[in-house]
Amino acid sequence: MALSSNVQQDKVRIQTVLMNFVTKWGTILAIVGLLLFFSISMPDIFMTPSNITTILRSISIVTVIAIGITISLTINGFDLSIGSMATFADTLVISMFVWHSMPTVPAILVTLVVAMVVGAFNAFLIVKVKIPDMLVTLASLFIFEGVAMTYAGGGSISQGMPRLDGTPTFGIIPDIFKTIGTAPTIIIIMLVVVALAHVFLTYTKYGRYLYVVGGNMEAARLSGIPVDRYRALAYLLSALLAAVGGIILASRIGSAQINAGAGYLMPSVAAAFIGLSVAGAGRPNAIGTFAGAVLVGILENGLVMMSVPYYSLNIIKGSVLVLALALTYFRKK
Amino acid sequence: MKGISIEFPGVKALSNVDINIESGNIHALVGANGAGKSTLMKIMAGAYNHYTGSIFLNGNEVAIRSPRDAKNLGIEIVYQEVDTALVPYLSVAENIMLNVLVNKMGRQVFVHWPKIHQAARQILKRLNIQIDTNEIVQNLKLAQKQMVLIARAIAEDCRFLILDEPTAPLSNTETVELFRLLKDLADNHNVGIIFISHRLPEIFEICKDITIMKDGQVVTRQSVADLSVAKVVEFMLGQKLSEVFPKRKANIGDTLFEVAHLTEKEGSVKDVSLYVRAGEIVGVTGLVGAGKTELCKTIFGSLKTKSGDIKIKGIKRTINSPFSAVSQGLALVPEERRKEGVLVEEPVFSNLSAATLAKFSTPLGFIKSLLEKLNARNMITELSIKTPNENQKVAYLSGGNQQKVAVGKWLNADADVFIFDEPTKGVDVGAKHDIFELIGRLAVAGKGVIYATCEFTEILGITDRAYVMYDGQIAKELETANTDEEKLLFYSTGGK
Repeated sequence: MALSSNVQQDKVRIQTVLMNFVTKWGTILAIVGLLLFFSISMPDIFMTPSNITTILRSISIVTVIAIGITISLTINGFDLSIGSMATFADTLVISMFVWHSMPTVPAILVTLVVAMVVGAFNAFLIVKVKIPDMLVTLASLFIFEGVAMTYAGGGSISQGMPRLDGTPTFGIIPDIFKTIGTAPTIIIIMLVVVALAHVFLTYTKYGRYLYVVGGNMEAARLSGIPVDRYRALAYLLSALLAAVGGIILASRIGSAQINAGAGYLMPSVAAAFIGLSVAGAGRPNAIGTFAGAVLVGILENGLVMMSVPYYSLNIIKGSVLVLALALTYFRKK
Repeated sequence: MKGISIEFPGVKALSNVDINIESGNIHALVGANGAGKSTLMKIMAGAYNHYTGSIFLNGNEVAIRSPRDAKNLGIEIVYQEVDTALVPYLSVAENIMLNVLVNKMGRQVFVHWPKIHQAARQILKRLNIQIDTNEIVQNLKLAQKQMVLIARAIAEDCRFLILDEPTAPLSNTETVELFRLLKDLADNHNVGIIFISHRLPEIFEICKDITIMKDGQVVTRQSVADLSVAKVVEFMLGQKLSEVFPKRKANIGDTLFEVAHLTEKEGSVKDVSLYVRAGEIVGVTGLVGAGKTELCKTIFGSLKTKSGDIKIKGIKRTINSPFSAVSQGLALVPEERRKEGVLVEEPVFSNLSAATLAKFSTPLGFIKSLLEKLNARNMITELSIKTPNENQKVAYLSGGNQQKVAVGKWLNADADVFIFDEPTKGVDVGAKHDIFELIGRLAVAGKGVIYATCEFTEILGITDRAYVMYDGQIAKELETANTDEEKLLFYSTGGK
């Protein structure tokens, strides 16, 4: 009797330890596993410097946008509208160049400021009008997308293309702006964003307040933390980072395309959720999100190289998100 | 139950516990916070499946590995945290009949609402509770929610009923009602009742046998008749408790804080005037629902003020949010600690610095984490918080220790006025003593303390002056030295 109960206890303990290990280091293991798998199956082409650069370049935009989601997750919120916000920023910045012949720095600044104003719209509806975040940002996803399209006149904008009413355009996209979207600048921007977000969330009191607000809003409020202010801040930062993502996107494709940012929503959400559990953090964090983005990026790159058709990739990306969510929620009771 | 043991990461919560409960009997289970009472009861209710040991029912060994197993054996539990067991946006009737709706529908597809409401009404009538079955549960008061939960347990074919701190949120009349019902269940329906409570006099009132636990083990099992309150406390603590209320020499100074004609927007606090002097502990008492909590929250800016003036050190101030309250030197330890006081998912150290983080950061906002943790360690020793270290999640601490954390986070704040709202609710005698001592120290240091509680003994034990509230208003101001429980009760119940 005593023996059998001990055996059972041991079994339970081993299961717990194993489960903990998988949750903590699963992402890192998966990255290493995928690297090994792709390197072995494609020895000549996968593990080359140029392909590594390609992977890092391809995850840059995802990472920047995912950091925005991570910040909205810290306050226990969620921002679905980031993809549309990226499209919006893409359209806006390109129009500044092509329609208004602006130089690089003012064009970017105008875009960021407008994005923050639009982000304040989300924050206002969530914090003051008290609509649930998921629903507000679902609505604003459509609004931002529509505004971007209306602004662009229902089509794309690119250099030399006349406006919809037939006015010719003379603005050009400066070369310096185009370098933003190329390696190594794009990778450096990504790493700087990750590092700044990490320092902000982990080492400053503002970051701590965000987590406190997310952990227990009422307790935070009664501790004298101006809760509304920090919730608004989180949505502003998430909008800002989505806009940064959109600007990089604009630089990379050199034009404003309809719904260009929409495709970034899903992998960014996946990266942020994968990041929750990395190294046992148990909370949204910048480094984890970066690891999540790397995982998604490697997977996508490797599968494309293995000639998996692009239209099937979403199945795999979606499944990775489900797995990440499963790891997050399965043990929460 | 024989030889029950269970472990959680890092803690051995129960070791080799034996307990036996007879039908038709009210059995008390007591112990200090963290002694393992709640854990033991959760095992009995099927909330954990990784325990070892055996459970016997009527002499047959049974396995309880899930809540359903427990239900099938007729074991019902009413948890201390009532909100976790209720569906806030469903009606009272639906909540009471939840198990019936879920498990007893059979092949029936459509719900017969009149029948559900009628059944719920009958149960409430049996319990002598007046709540409209159409009311939405989230609009109920804590005491009413508790009643709904007990009603739900009764709705089932119940052989054993576990009540975890059932009387904590109840007023005196509600408690009397509850006891009448428990006695009826035990005597006439042969239900075995396990009654967990920190209010020892209650146990002597209604329980026949008592099991006392300490540090995850059973210390003794006896007939209540052979024990005294002092003896039970001794078993719980493992030592004699000389004095629950520490002595303090009051050194009262100038008026620190003054409220004049304060009225809350919804009218839960009406025309309240009070003042607190430096070094003074001012009690606010009254029955449950008298408006004590609302008064605390209105002063703290958490509820909206309709009219009234607040003066701090003689200067008129506006407090319109907890943020402005804190920056003007107020601190509040709220009533519902898990919901409002602590961050359960965060470690002890960040809880202890949540209200004073600016003190542990550089002007640019970077946290000096070494200083923060050092502070946490000091605080843990100073308040004797039971935790392996400062990185432990607060969720893993016992109720009394969570409360110490909720108090501890304010000790570094440069607050002048501390508001405590029922700080000893669900806290054992030992931790109570610690908290009283702490409050006494604050007063000695020249702070003003507002102490809201419905426990008259605490008002008499630690305050210098007390206000009695009735129906949102202050019914009477009393010097503690010249009053007694009878007077407090007289004014609390609307006496003039």
